[in-house]
Amino acid sequence: MKIVVCVKAVPDASAGRRMDASSKRLNRSGELTLSDFDSYAVEEALQIGGETVVLSMGPERAVDALRKALAMGADRAVLVSSDDLAGSDLLGTASALAEAIAKEEPDLVLFGQQSADGGGACLWAAVAEKMRRPAISQVSELTVEDSSITGKRQTEFGYDTIRAPLPAIVAVSDAINTPRYPSLKGIMGAKKKPQETLGAAAVDPGTTVLELSPPPARGDSVKIEDDGSAAEKIVEFLAEKRLV
Amino acid sequence: MAKTLVFLEHHEGAVQKGSLGVLAKVDGAHGVVIGSGVRSIADGLGTLVWSADDERLEAPLPQPRVDVIAKLVADEGYDTVLFAQSVLAADIAAGLAARLGAGLNWGLIDFDGEKGRAPQLQDTVVVEVGWTSPVRLGIFRAGSLDAVALSGTSEVRDAAVELEDFSTLAEMVEQAHAEQQGPSIEDADVIVAGGRGLGQPENFSLAEELAKALGGAVAATRAVVDAGWYPYSAQVGQTGKTVAPKLYIALGISGAIQHKVGMQGSNTIVAINKDPNAPIFEFSDLGVVGDLHAIVPKLTELVRAKRGS
Repeated sequence: MKIVVCVKAVPDASAGRRMDASSKRLNRSGELTLSDFDSYAVEEALQIGGETVVLSMGPERAVDALRKALAMGADRAVLVSSDDLAGSDLLGTASALAEAIAKEEPDLVLFGQQSADGGGACLWAAVAEKMRRPAISQVSELTVEDSSITGKRQTEFGYDTIRAPLPAIVAVSDAINTPRYPSLKGIMGAKKKPQETLGAAAVDPGTTVLELSPPPARGDSVKIEDDGSAAEKIVEFLAEKRLV
Repeated sequence: MAKTLVFLEHHEGAVQKGSLGVLAKVDGAHGVVIGSGVRSIADGLGTLVWSADDERLEAPLPQPRVDVIAKLVADEGYDTVLFAQSVLAADIAAGLAARLGAGLNWGLIDFDGEKGRAPQLQDTVVVEVGWTSPVRLGIFRAGSLDAVALSGTSEVRDAAVELEDFSTLAEMVEQAHAEQQGPSIEDADVIVAGGRGLGQPENFSLAEELAKALGGAVAATRAVVDAGWYPYSAQVGQTGKTVAPKLYIALGISGAIQHKVGMQGSNTIVAINKDPNAPIFEFSDLGVVGDLHAIVPKLTELVRAKRGS
């Protein structure tokens, strides 16, 4: 079984994620880390077994984030990177990933349920369309058979069980497993694992960002630390608002 | 003149509230219902509604729906296709974007026919978005539009169903629909919701006792529903229910975006969490950093005393 896991390097949450006012894009100048949701997809690939290739599109610095996936146990990393790709939207990203996946000819392609920054939670569906492959999203249980997969997924109405022949594309939810922490040995070994950088032709975006503005204020927000009287303070607050 | 098509998601014979909200939002928009035995669902919406009625469309899977909508766009010249956020809608919209080379903006809270507005990065910024492609695709955020009751006779037309070979490869094996248990959280004035911070399933009794004292209902995050701590019918969030009670009390909930979109319309939000950096504090009216296991039983007692409940 050969599995490609598509991952994203996102700005570290502790450093804060913000938009750059002049480029109107996400500020990616700080440290980049593997999007949390993607570690579930990496873990799932490792549990299924076989060859695991992590694939990402991003700036060259994204290699550092891919190294975490390698430290977890993935075999190789492929980064699609070129200056032309900066500012790609769904169309450009799907096209670049689909091209890189096609070169690998995997049996299975895995995604996390959403990125930690952009959060459209739909990239896999665009990649599946480009590659003309079946796709299952929001999968919280995945069974891999010889030539097919069965995924249980959650929707607004309950649970669907869906089967698709391989090769196929699956987006896993964060309920599917508990991602491992890289071991010290894994971290040391990751640097020696093969890493490849590919270019890709830019695709015109279909969307544009016109203006950024601060969110509307929610009104007064009060944050208190419990000093033993929190219950009383909550009741006072509710009484003031006539909620008790 | 813009020509707009709205994907009308339906469940158990009724169009979803979110889809109706989008249809009502854009003057003169047409709708499309896709499924098997769905022609009657198209009625009573007071506009032109396409009905793609075919046995192969019975299961709510995205890829065959991309085929149907792409053909309508090509044959009828729609330049805008809008969706209400759902698991199914996001997959259809992204597939359609790749098929048509059309720009897709998601998380919309407003759309004026040319531009849209979408809060991003955990709602720390509101982005005005536009389209550069001939066909514009947009997904409205769950709960961002008021539910609207539509009326009037629909002009129902049959849509051609021609499916791509790869679109029917994924097949539904089983659908398990969760049954409703206890009072409906969608109608409750007060909701007490529990997350992973409760520690263990038995501790949901803390949420239940407090809800009872306040005369409210109990809700849960996806994490604890997936872990089997609480039934799915109580799930609030992107893949659960969207609620907007007068009071929402969040116990041990971090406030991930998946949960937030389901409850941010609540009038007053009170959060108790031991992590001072939990995102939920950013959109709470009152945030309490502390141990919920110590605070909640006391709070329940005080509420009982106050309300005489």
